[in-house]
Amino acid sequence: MTKVTMTVNGRSVAGDVEDRTLLVDFLRSNLGLTGTHVGCDTSQCGACVVHVDGRAVKSCTMLAVQASGADVTTIEGIGTPEALHPVQEAFRENHALQCGFCTPGMIMATVDLIKRKGTDLDEATVRHELDGNICRCTGYHNIVKAVLSAAEKMAGAKAAAE
Amino acid sequence: MGMEGIGAPVKRKEDRRFITGRGRYTDDIALKDMTYAWFVRSPHAHARIRSIDTSAARAAPGVVGVLTGADLAGDKIGGLICGWMIHSKDGSPMKAGAHPAIAAEVVKHVGDQVAVVIAETRNQARDAAELVVVDYEPLPAIVDPAKSRAAAAPQVHPEAPGNLIYNWGLGDEAATDAALAGAARIVTLDMRNNRLVPNAIEPRAAIGAYDPAEEHYTLYNTSQNPHVARLVLSAFVGVAPEHKLRVVAPDVGGGFGSKIFIYPEETVCLWASRRIGGRPVKWTADRSESFLVDAHGRDHVTHAEMAFDADNRILGLKVHTIANIGAYMSTFSSSVPTYLYATLLSGQYDIPAIYAEVDAVYTHTAPVDAYRGAGRPEATYVVERLMETAARELGVDPAELRRRNFVRSFPHQTPVIMAYDAGDYEAHLDAALKIADYAGFAARKAEAKARGKLRGIGFSCYIEACGIAPSQAVGSLGAGVGLWESAEVRVNPVGTVEVLTGCHSHGQGHETTYAQLVNERLGIPIDQISIVHGDTDKVQFGMGTYGSRSGAVGMSAVLKAIEKVEAKAKKIAAHLMEASEADIVIEGGELKVAGTDKSLPFFQVALAAYTAHNLPAGMEPGLKEGAFYDPTNFTFPAGTYICEVEIDPDTGKTEICSFVAVDDFGKIINPMIVEGQVHGGVTQGLGQALLENCVYDEESGQLITGSMMDYAMPRASDVPSYNVTTTETVCPGNPLGMKGCGEAGAIGSPPALINAITDAIGNNDLSMPATPEKVWRAIRAVA
Repeated sequence: MTKVTMTVNGRSVAGDVEDRTLLVDFLRSNLGLTGTHVGCDTSQCGACVVHVDGRAVKSCTMLAVQASGADVTTIEGIGTPEALHPVQEAFRENHALQCGFCTPGMIMATVDLIKRKGTDLDEATVRHELDGNICRCTGYHNIVKAVLSAAEKMAGAKAAAE
Repeated sequence: MGMEGIGAPVKRKEDRRFITGRGRYTDDIALKDMTYAWFVRSPHAHARIRSIDTSAARAAPGVVGVLTGADLAGDKIGGLICGWMIHSKDGSPMKAGAHPAIAAEVVKHVGDQVAVVIAETRNQARDAAELVVVDYEPLPAIVDPAKSRAAAAPQVHPEAPGNLIYNWGLGDEAATDAALAGAARIVTLDMRNNRLVPNAIEPRAAIGAYDPAEEHYTLYNTSQNPHVARLVLSAFVGVAPEHKLRVVAPDVGGGFGSKIFIYPEETVCLWASRRIGGRPVKWTADRSESFLVDAHGRDHVTHAEMAFDADNRILGLKVHTIANIGAYMSTFSSSVPTYLYATLLSGQYDIPAIYAEVDAVYTHTAPVDAYRGAGRPEATYVVERLMETAARELGVDPAELRRRNFVRSFPHQTPVIMAYDAGDYEAHLDAALKIADYAGFAARKAEAKARGKLRGIGFSCYIEACGIAPSQAVGSLGAGVGLWESAEVRVNPVGTVEVLTGCHSHGQGHETTYAQLVNERLGIPIDQISIVHGDTDKVQFGMGTYGSRSGAVGMSAVLKAIEKVEAKAKKIAAHLMEASEADIVIEGGELKVAGTDKSLPFFQVALAAYTAHNLPAGMEPGLKEGAFYDPTNFTFPAGTYICEVEIDPDTGKTEICSFVAVDDFGKIINPMIVEGQVHGGVTQGLGQALLENCVYDEESGQLITGSMMDYAMPRASDVPSYNVTTTETVCPGNPLGMKGCGEAGAIGSPPALINAITDAIGNNDLSMPATPEKVWRAIRAVA
């Protein structure tokens, strides 16, 4: 067992894990942060996407020990039911989720996408960038709409702030 | 239509928990003292088990127990069942082989479970599972359904000689043969409906928990129909008595049919919890396990002939299908290639004679059962590929050939059981032609050609059947269950409402749409309405969600219960306001005396029902009503899909340029949710036609496409945005006029895409999925 310490959603956490423990298992089992999901075992589906030191990472493909010392943000950390992140709000507004299982990963990937690519997005870019996240319910139509809508709103908010 | 009533695109009530990571799926549940199960699975497609040595595994760190098929048999736990009896043409019942939850003597497909290891942690269970030594005697395997009946083919079950489960027929063979004999033209097609893996993004999971003090079992399970699971696990498998078994299906991450069935793993978790003294046992599938053991879909091999007269009217249709059932008969597997398939072979067309014959066969592959559409996509593919092929061979416009043969008067009795109740097939065809700008296609094709691209257009005029019922009819066809639905509407003393439904939402949005129905009738805001489902301890017996039934059947049951609540509330209001019951109307959350200014808010009537201080003489207190609703007929959603593609002849790669879906779903509760269902369904259908294919190795029986790296799931960049709209003919079969929308997209879209690609490349000989390699070869075959 190895002791890991990290910051998760702004809180310092520590735990003893096997060397082979995946980050996603540490988040789900040790910390009870079950919003991050596991949908496959080959890093394909993206249901487990979290942010590690500000970058989107598939937490099923990173060991907990690799994340020791890092700053991790999960779906529970970007907004609350009372104060949603603009991307969360856009997913709700645009019916971009059905069963909800891929949704946390989709939202975390989208937040990262807007951060990397900016708010001036087009449909082709969004579809290409979301290739690492699989949804079986929505056919992506409304997810793409939600991403574009969130980007637009975030651009507007940014402009208003400036 | 109010802001939150029927027809309003209300945002979903359930979303807030899902977008903030607060959903509660089975694997999110952690019980005290929980243990973890890992299954030892067969690496062989077919082998005899000579011996199993569990001693090393038992001694491994953290191991609580190791159980085998012999233990299961010793405890007299029964096998899994197929709940729909099909009789062969000769009258003999289907020949079902045994389906033990853990194989004891022979394994019959790769992934078949031979033992289960229970340990303190999942990793310990997984490590110890590797120490279970199984001595196998490998045997030859058969995976191709078309070859499984050959004399030399390996046998899957001794109960089914020649691997034949049933040879079933539907329709009038002599009349169909006569129609073919008298035809001006016969169009023939051989088709393979490719095998699919459902791949709901939440893998299946189960937690079995036995309480030795109460001799009571609880099962948390990724189920679309918890009551059916409880019934089968108690009455047939015999794991626990029904009144001592609670099944909870919490948030479920997609189903698409694959979570209807009662599988070995949940059976074993329940039983194992008792065997280890009552500690809960959790199993969560790896995606690799999902590929190996979840029930797959489709896998038909079909030969079809359609006869036309000299005026291009259809005279008859003859179909022969070999349906792969896999190694075991899953819960509803027998019904899919029979009553859910051949009954839809009339399509939207007036066809005087139809005959279908189906051979259901065993192979050494995972079980095959209902997957989104279940039989209707297979029927639609046969009919709509034939229609497009016929249009090409007869030299007529594909839209006009369909139009010429449409059913135009209703009710319409087809030669294959179904009585279509309502529809207007020209309405959606015309709407789709307009939206797709069919008139402008030739110019777009010419423009594409100038760029070196091949452009094609394809149609699909699908029909399907939802809300499978009435119970008496499906019972006479062999169903082991009734297909009604139940509801209870509980008005609380403060006037808020809980609806308990036997349906189950795993993405469909029932928490919103059911509340919209209550709002429409009682005028209560939807945030004061809760929908309760998925727990056999809370909800009365119900049949669950599949077959696009939750609206037409499930909501009809809710409506029936609401009507009873309304009737009682009106009696109370009339009494309190000293008015005639006949004069009371419910409007905007109030009970009013028509034509006066007298009214009572709904909550005051509810409170009066519970204080019971001043009720009409003889009336029971309370305001809570239940209902069971059994439909009088199937419902028949239908629509027209038009797909336009462009193909790069150098690479064979297909780009879907546009996809138009015009559906007639009858009355719609929430158009936003309906459109979402179509988007998802169409994508699954396009996935089947373009990308997805489940492949077993012919020699070894190994699953070649065993992960999401090998099995091509549709991704955002594979599909376009869709153009989705609806037309409406009201369904006369249920009080809400609804038809169902959950499966149409997956049913209608595959032939539209294949018709478009074959149109583009000028070669009709193309099978699903239309991978770039296949398309490239098909282009060259006719160059």
